[in-house]
Amino acid sequence: MLSTDAEILKNAEAWRREGRGVAVATVVETWGSAPRPVGSHLVIDGDTNFLGSVSGGCVEGAVITEALDVIADGKPRMLEFGVADETAWQVGLSCGGRIKIYVERVD
Amino acid sequence: MRLSLLSDLNAERAARRAAILVTDIASGEQRLVREAEIAGDPLADELRDRLRQGRSGLVEQEGRQLFLTVQAPPVRLAVIGAVHISQALAPMARAVDFDVTIVDPRTAFATPERFPDAPVLAEWPDTVLPEMGLDRYTALVALTHDPKIDDPALAAALRSECFYVGALGSRKTHERRVQRLTESGFTEADLARIHAPIGLDIGAVSPAEIAVSILAEIVATLRKERRRSA
Repeated sequence: MLSTDAEILKNAEAWRREGRGVAVATVVETWGSAPRPVGSHLVIDGDTNFLGSVSGGCVEGAVITEALDVIADGKPRMLEFGVADETAWQVGLSCGGRIKIYVERVD
Repeated sequence: MRLSLLSDLNAERAARRAAILVTDIASGEQRLVREAEIAGDPLADELRDRLRQGRSGLVEQEGRQLFLTVQAPPVRLAVIGAVHISQALAPMARAVDFDVTIVDPRTAFATPERFPDAPVLAEWPDTVLPEMGLDRYTALVALTHDPKIDDPALAAALRSECFYVGALGSRKTHERRVQRLTESGFTEADLARIHAPIGLDIGAVSPAEIAVSILAEIVATLRKERRRSA
């Protein structure tokens, strides 16, 4: 099912109330052409279920991995992704933009 | 983020009230500012500005980086006329996250069977629209072709802050509509707010295609500040 902004945060609340570990990732800054605007959310639970998006699918995998650490230790993190570089191991954005993403746990 | 804060944020959205979540990026400290509390907040000017533009973003305050998550109420679409175009429009509008309500006093048209995706009110627009409270996050489309039903709805929309008002009908039909509404006291500037003929010109033929053109025009109006200039 397609998830809208309203449903993403409603689900984050519902998941937490069920007792699941939940993290919310938010796009806080973008440079150049970025696929999702500032304020977009991705919510992740401890079993890597996720809703919403912070990019066009380019960096979600990496954000989910980091979110699991945030759920584990409760420390918020700031992630930054730049242009995809095929020779580096890092994931990135093929559109040439850069984005900053804040990931926090729901307590 | 505390669960209680997330819960408050969701409650404000459900009640169609704007709210802004302020997050100190370095410490993770957060607070929620409801629309009614903005005036008393240390960041009042910035918050008001952000809310007007509907734009989340980073700000600096006394050397601290704060992220403002701006949550405007969901866009609402009042559809006047439980007609064939409305049946196509309702699920499309739901898919783009609009709150859709169908209004048509004709009980043969206004049935839940015809509209499984949206609430249907079998009432006259002038009875229900004041209760709905047409705000600046509301779009209204008049689709009945019947002046008895469309005109009072358009009048209510023009007296409100609705960000989009559209009316179905040919140029000729619209000329007569303008004449009627002028006689009931609306000015040229008021009437210029009505998008008529309704919808973007994409050569739409079927009810579903007309629904696409209407929805596209509503989105184009909502997002006009982001559009590339022609």
